[in-house]
Amino acid sequence: MSAGGARPLAPWRWLGTPMLMVVGLSLIFAIPSLRIGEWRLPEPVFAVPVVFAWAVIRPSMLAPMGVMLMGLFLDFLWNAPTGFWPVCLLLPYGLVLGGRSMLAGQSQLMMWVWYAAATALTLGAGYLFTMLSTQNDPDPISVGWQFLATVVLYPFANQLIERFEDADVRFR
Amino acid sequence: MSLRDNPLGELRVPLTWTAGIVFIVVLIASVAILLSDRRGSFDVDAYGRPRTLSDKVLAPVGDALSAPGRWTGAGVDTVSGYFFAVSENRRLKAELKNMEQWRDVAIALRDTNERYRAVLGLKTDPPIPMASARIVTDARGPFANSRLANTGSEAGVKPGNPVMSENGLVGRIVGVTDGASRVLLLTDVASRTPVMIDRTNARALLTGDGGPNPQLAYLRGMNPVRNGDLVLTSGDGGVFPRGLPVGVAVKGLDGRWRVALASDKAPVDYVRILLFQDFTQVVNRAALDKVQPPPPTPGASTLPPPEPEVPAAAAKPAATPAGAAPAAGATGPAAKPNPTAAAAKPATPPAVTPKPATAEAKPASATKPPTAKPPAAKPAPHPAGATQ
Repeated sequence: MSAGGARPLAPWRWLGTPMLMVVGLSLIFAIPSLRIGEWRLPEPVFAVPVVFAWAVIRPSMLAPMGVMLMGLFLDFLWNAPTGFWPVCLLLPYGLVLGGRSMLAGQSQLMMWVWYAAATALTLGAGYLFTMLSTQNDPDPISVGWQFLATVVLYPFANQLIERFEDADVRFR
Repeated sequence: MSLRDNPLGELRVPLTWTAGIVFIVVLIASVAILLSDRRGSFDVDAYGRPRTLSDKVLAPVGDALSAPGRWTGAGVDTVSGYFFAVSENRRLKAELKNMEQWRDVAIALRDTNERYRAVLGLKTDPPIPMASARIVTDARGPFANSRLANTGSEAGVKPGNPVMSENGLVGRIVGVTDGASRVLLLTDVASRTPVMIDRTNARALLTGDGGPNPQLAYLRGMNPVRNGDLVLTSGDGGVFPRGLPVGVAVKGLDGRWRVALASDKAPVDYVRILLFQDFTQVVNRAALDKVQPPPPTPGASTLPPPEPEVPAAAAKPAATPAGAAPAAGATGPAAKPNPTAAAAKPATPPAVTPKPATAEAKPASATKPPTAKPPAAKPAPHPAGATQ
């Protein structure tokens, strides 16, 4: 039996590295020339799989702060109102964290469904806040494209969960 | 020092509870930040220092990240230019032949236009200086559509300046810092642009919704727009100059009129920022405010003298000219019956009579009987039917 399971999980491994990956991928997808002909590539929210995985892996005091930092970065990168993405990401984080025991041991497909629900909550909150602040409905088709582009990122969340879920024996 | 040596190492707290508390605190802080955001006003101050700082940092990063894409694009252009030089040459020759005809038309129209301007003494808009910029980041989600350009306040860029690509209007500047400026696209859900339909001159408000084709809102009139109509900026409100190409009107799947943006014809990588100042910025408002309003025109019907109720018998022989009576009726409380004044009235000509048809007389007569009516037909406050 290896002693790795008893070792406390280092925050930079499961929080820092994924956060930097989100920042990097979001920056790469913000390159203006990313087009296929006249069709612009949709803009996935790379932070959602990380937020979902963090909530599933274990409760943490640092993770909500990491979610907030990632959200603030997205606000500044995408010129959203300050605080918009932190709130949109913290809502599914809290929900998944609250239902963590229910999610434990479910099949891949069901986890994907729960992940899609978390994504829908993120974008639904965004839709509502945008509607309230601008008095204008965002285009549902564009929201749908962003939802699809984010939902297909579940394998990244699954990889994080598989890697770190059993890393800390206290939260098995 | 290992964890065991740490005096706080033995401190045990229920992690699940503390994590929940931290989550709630962070959520409350985020909601507070969101509620305190004043970005909706698009003022210079409302844009905020953290945002200008982040733009300043993001601009060079985005520039570096987009460099490989630019180089690849330039390489592909060079190679395709080499291989397709002959067909391109043929196409350009045909285009040049077509353009030569248009050049003659343009010269004739310019000449006619200059003559009309000279005859009318028309004051045309001054030429607008521009600054070129490269787009370095692009946000194209449903909740925010903006781009970061690598030219800022050092080139004289200010919030509100229109931004154009080689094909048409892209958006306007909402935030500026040294070396970077934030462009709010026409498609952004917060974007509102006054536009007009070129064919009918009908006005509308181009309203972004995060999709690729913004809506034409507040269209008025009977059939003001048709499929394929050219949409230009109207210049209303003074934010944009008049006549910038925006796109073409199309009917959306939802039945609303939308605009296929001209700037979407090609990737927007280089833009021109028009250093446009609207009338309210150019004009000296203090000097305008100092100007005294002109004195009332003598004889104008805007401030008619109080005219009393004239008895029919007394008024008829005097043949009071038309126009005085309705204006007097408009004065309200001042038009109380005064028999003494009425008796004296026919001797002096009324001041209002010479200008019954002026524009100033219209509001007064709009709610009153026509000016041709004799004074006797106007029985003061009582309706005609009530006295019978």
